[in-house]
Amino acid sequence: MAGYILKRLIAAIPVLFGLTIIVFLIMAMIPGDTATAILGSYATPENVEKLNRDLGLDKSLPQQYFIWLGNLLQGDMGRSYSLNRPVLDEVVERFSATMILAGTSLVLCSIFGLLAGVVSAVRQFGWTDKIITFLVLIGISTPSFWLGLLLILAFAVKLQLFPASGMFAIYGGGDLPDLIHHLVLPALTLSVVATGVIARLTRTSMLEVLRQDYIRTARAKGLAERKVIAKHAFKAALVNVIPVIGIQAGFVMGGAVYIETVFQWPGIGSMLVTAISTRDLLLVQGGVLFVAAAYVLFNLAADVVQTMLDPRLR
Amino acid sequence: MKRLLAAVIASVWMTFSFQAAAQTPPNVLVVGQIAEPKSLDPHAVTAVNDFRILVNIYDGLVRYKDGTLEVEPSLAESWEISEDGKTYTFKLRDGVTFHDGTPFNAEAVKFNFDRMLDENHPFHDTGPFPLSFFFSAVDEVTAVDESTVEFKLTEPYAPFLSNLAYPTGLIVSPEAVKQHGKDFGRNPVGTGAYKFEGWEANAKVVVSRNEAYWDGAAPLEAVIFRPITDANTRIAEMLSGGLDVMVEVPPDSLQQFRGDDRFVVQEQAGPHVWFLILNTKDGPFANKAVRQAANYAINKTALVENILQGTAEVASGPTPPAFAWAYNESLEPYAYDPEKAKALLKEAGYNGEEVTFYVTEGGSGMLDPVAMGTAIQADLQAVGMKVKIETYEWNTFLGKVNPGLEGKADMAEMAWMTNDPDTLPFLALRSEAFPDKGGFNSGYYANEKVDELLNKARQVTDQAERAKLYKQMQEIVYEDAPWVFVANWKQNAVTSSRVENFKLQPSFFLMLQKVAKP
Repeated sequence: MAGYILKRLIAAIPVLFGLTIIVFLIMAMIPGDTATAILGSYATPENVEKLNRDLGLDKSLPQQYFIWLGNLLQGDMGRSYSLNRPVLDEVVERFSATMILAGTSLVLCSIFGLLAGVVSAVRQFGWTDKIITFLVLIGISTPSFWLGLLLILAFAVKLQLFPASGMFAIYGGGDLPDLIHHLVLPALTLSVVATGVIARLTRTSMLEVLRQDYIRTARAKGLAERKVIAKHAFKAALVNVIPVIGIQAGFVMGGAVYIETVFQWPGIGSMLVTAISTRDLLLVQGGVLFVAAAYVLFNLAADVVQTMLDPRLR
Repeated sequence: MKRLLAAVIASVWMTFSFQAAAQTPPNVLVVGQIAEPKSLDPHAVTAVNDFRILVNIYDGLVRYKDGTLEVEPSLAESWEISEDGKTYTFKLRDGVTFHDGTPFNAEAVKFNFDRMLDENHPFHDTGPFPLSFFFSAVDEVTAVDESTVEFKLTEPYAPFLSNLAYPTGLIVSPEAVKQHGKDFGRNPVGTGAYKFEGWEANAKVVVSRNEAYWDGAAPLEAVIFRPITDANTRIAEMLSGGLDVMVEVPPDSLQQFRGDDRFVVQEQAGPHVWFLILNTKDGPFANKAVRQAANYAINKTALVENILQGTAEVASGPTPPAFAWAYNESLEPYAYDPEKAKALLKEAGYNGEEVTFYVTEGGSGMLDPVAMGTAIQADLQAVGMKVKIETYEWNTFLGKVNPGLEGKADMAEMAWMTNDPDTLPFLALRSEAFPDKGGFNSGYYANEKVDELLNKARQVTDQAERAKLYKQMQEIVYEDAPWVFVANWKQNAVTSSRVENFKLQPSFFLMLQKVAKP
């Protein structure tokens, strides 16, 4: 198993390097440069040239890339132009915030998704199934940024139960209950779509398993229905669902881009949006590298869990 | 099991409802900003959003008089300008110290400008300083004695004083720059009414009252600036009581706050002008009659009232009325007169040729550019002009417009906000300011008389004399119509009704020195 994990990790390295090259090229290709973004209306060719020189952007593209790569290998991700601070500090801070949000959402959507899927498979074509399937359909098709705004309107503006934005209270607070209080709305919003996807897949997968011969055997030998579902069917169905949860982890991180903007969550998604619009290349590179690495790790973790659960894959 | 669940839900509910009901505490002002500040080094930033914090931490040698764009003493008590307009001598206020306890004096002023302007200065690398060209006329800064500082300019440059009142002219503590180097922008030290307490990335910047402020300590104990990029979220925070002040309220939402006595809506016209650059070099707008026709054809009142919902006023010329002393009162906006527009088009022999119109999706001071662009297209089509819109993201848009419209487009949206009546016309209406000469005259407007007036206005230091020249320039530009003059934006803010003495300034800076919230 350790050898397998190591092999997967080594295989990820060229992927990540390729990614940095692609990000670098895309950022170089989109029109508008850093200096123009900083200077705004004052971007005369003269001022732009001077500022680019001060920022070290007057060098050729490959030169810039290799300088960046050289520094990266020494653990230095450079300095953000727009935030005037080391990229690594900013990215680590933002990434932890995203992990808290995305991690919570992932746990929520796994629990609710699996639960809903199992229940609706067991009660196939019953009322419970119909209601769950209907809710799941709504969940999957609701744009999450819109749902976020609705939740803010209902729970922050009208009922004043939860704060509208931020990660911690502006004065006081800063402890775990404060964090949870701020986490509820964004984490729920972010988990809705993924819950739907997981629920649907769990339902299909469960239905398939429930039709298998060994389930009939289990029932025939007089095993309690609850045991049949929990021990025999669910475990087998889970094997098919786990990799999808891994993929959903990626989508949840992607969805964080909107949700973080709507809830002003200080995560890496909202950071990337700002970094791209200010053409802050180094910050984009650093952010994308972290997100991509996380994506690779999530999928790897899902594969490992799947292998552990399913003896057929070993 | 069910009872347990109910108990858990009830207790969670109660904890949270107690927390959320708490309002912002007295004597602490929470301000909703539109974005995270880039830096709190006043020489390193360009955005109004950052200026709102900076003008409360730092002072300049001079500042804008309350409610105007006229300069008054601040850290400098008085000044003299030499006969030739090339030497400015400032007498500095005695006994002022920076928040770190180091003295403010002539050497400190010299350090500030040398750091920005001298590439060999040991702390020039703490930049870059994108707006340092505001002071490009400065040749040398000399500390004559402890409280006298002299600026020698390479040529007479009348906007110098109002540039000193701009955030780029705010004075930072030299010792703090030496101590923090490149990280000074995250550890700001000035002389202002509030001193810096802390900055949590993407959450808040906190400043607290400077008890020893030379202009009298502020009533507020602290101000918290919160970045909330999404406008809807900002509104939700304001409505739920998490903010005391919110700036840049979208027009659609102003009405909601107007009808609610928990809030006060503030408005103030600023030195902003929203216009269309017309390509006077090639295409139909090379003809003056067609340019005037466009000015008559567009229903500016409808744009301002319907699309901008009263958050702007109709512009009458290239200079916004906020520059009260330099604004030509006698100019009336081009009337909305489609018949006259048609007649002018006919007289000019316009043959129905299609015009290309660059529209941006957003951008600093651009208001609601897509909706405005579409309405303008409809107005022009109503008088028989065929208009093709091309929409671009803001930075891409600037990359297309700033190098000039020749061969690409006939008109483009644009907006400027400046601190001196010199800036915009000097950079965008002179023939020496064509894009290939490093200016912003993207429509290639050229009028010798305008060039002469603008060049002269820079050299005269007497304000009344300068005003005359600017007023004359406005008349000529109005008649030549190199732009369609559309709107002057009114900045707005909403405060909670607990906030006292809050006032928006024409400079668009957020001055919180006198604000109270008992």
